[in-house]
Amino acid sequence: MSRAGNKGMTLIVKTVTRITLGFILLYGIYIALNGETAPGGGFAGGVIVALALVHVMLAFGRDVSLKWLHVGGLRAAVSIAALIFLLAAWPRGQRIIFGNDIILPVCEMVIVGAGLFAIFVALVLVSKADKEAE
Amino acid sequence: MLEIDLLLLFMIASAIIAVQVKDLLSSVIAVGAVGIGLSMSFLIMKAPDLAIMQLVVEVLSLIILIRATIRKDLPFSASGRWAFNTFSMILFLAVFLVFAYFSFSDMHRFGAPLMKVSQEYLGEAMAKTGAHNVIAAITLKYRSIDTLGEVAALFAAVVGVLAIARKVSRPGGIRK
Repeated sequence: MSRAGNKGMTLIVKTVTRITLGFILLYGIYIALNGETAPGGGFAGGVIVALALVHVMLAFGRDVSLKWLHVGGLRAAVSIAALIFLLAAWPRGQRIIFGNDIILPVCEMVIVGAGLFAIFVALVLVSKADKEAE
Repeated sequence: MLEIDLLLLFMIASAIIAVQVKDLLSSVIAVGAVGIGLSMSFLIMKAPDLAIMQLVVEVLSLIILIRATIRKDLPFSASGRWAFNTFSMILFLAVFLVFAYFSFSDMHRFGAPLMKVSQEYLGEAMAKTGAHNVIAAITLKYRSIDTLGEVAALFAAVVGVLAIARKVSRPGGIRK
């Protein structure tokens, strides 16, 4: 699988990925937003979002996904989410400033999803560099 | 608690298989079986939050282990230095058993935990925060700094990876 990883998988897998990607992302956002009333939370939703991105990367291959990966946009989204989280979760005295039940899980979801996907990308790139060096 | 005992036996058997088997892919899948058993035991002990978390993290780590680390030409040495290996195994087993004896004799019985801070959380979290899920209330309201540290670690991971991936997105740019 990793040898043919540049080209991606078969047409069936690509089509199914194209159909299911939106639903998986929607489920991750649902888990993150619904963590207040049901099991779940920002971390689990973020991991599901990261799994959706990993799904795209496995199905379409490394090069296509890295072409889609917008580095500037990803950096901006993660930085804004981290800043909002820092502001929202910073304690002042006894209580947090504007710790909202919507804002905090969404920011956590963005950061966790991007972070775990970034770890996956880094491992794939490192293994590719190892393979080229041999 | 028959289900928990069966799941524990399953997990211990999977862990032993994961250590002993020669094929690396089979070993990774046995590790995944341990994680799935842990998720099921969380579900049986009525902790669906932890079950969801364990399940998704297990799937992600399994994919990472299979996709990004397994290759056919990994250097693998199982032989040699058996005297040192056996000695260190016995030493660490002895240390573990001694510490486990003292810590387990101080532990509370399973199902009757020590409830000091947690009792206060359980009693007052619903009224104070208004959240229906007490776990979300604790992680987001009482222990928000904890989540902040976790987010900081992942943010550092994103920044580091963006520094690495930049070299790839500009081919040859850094070598000139």
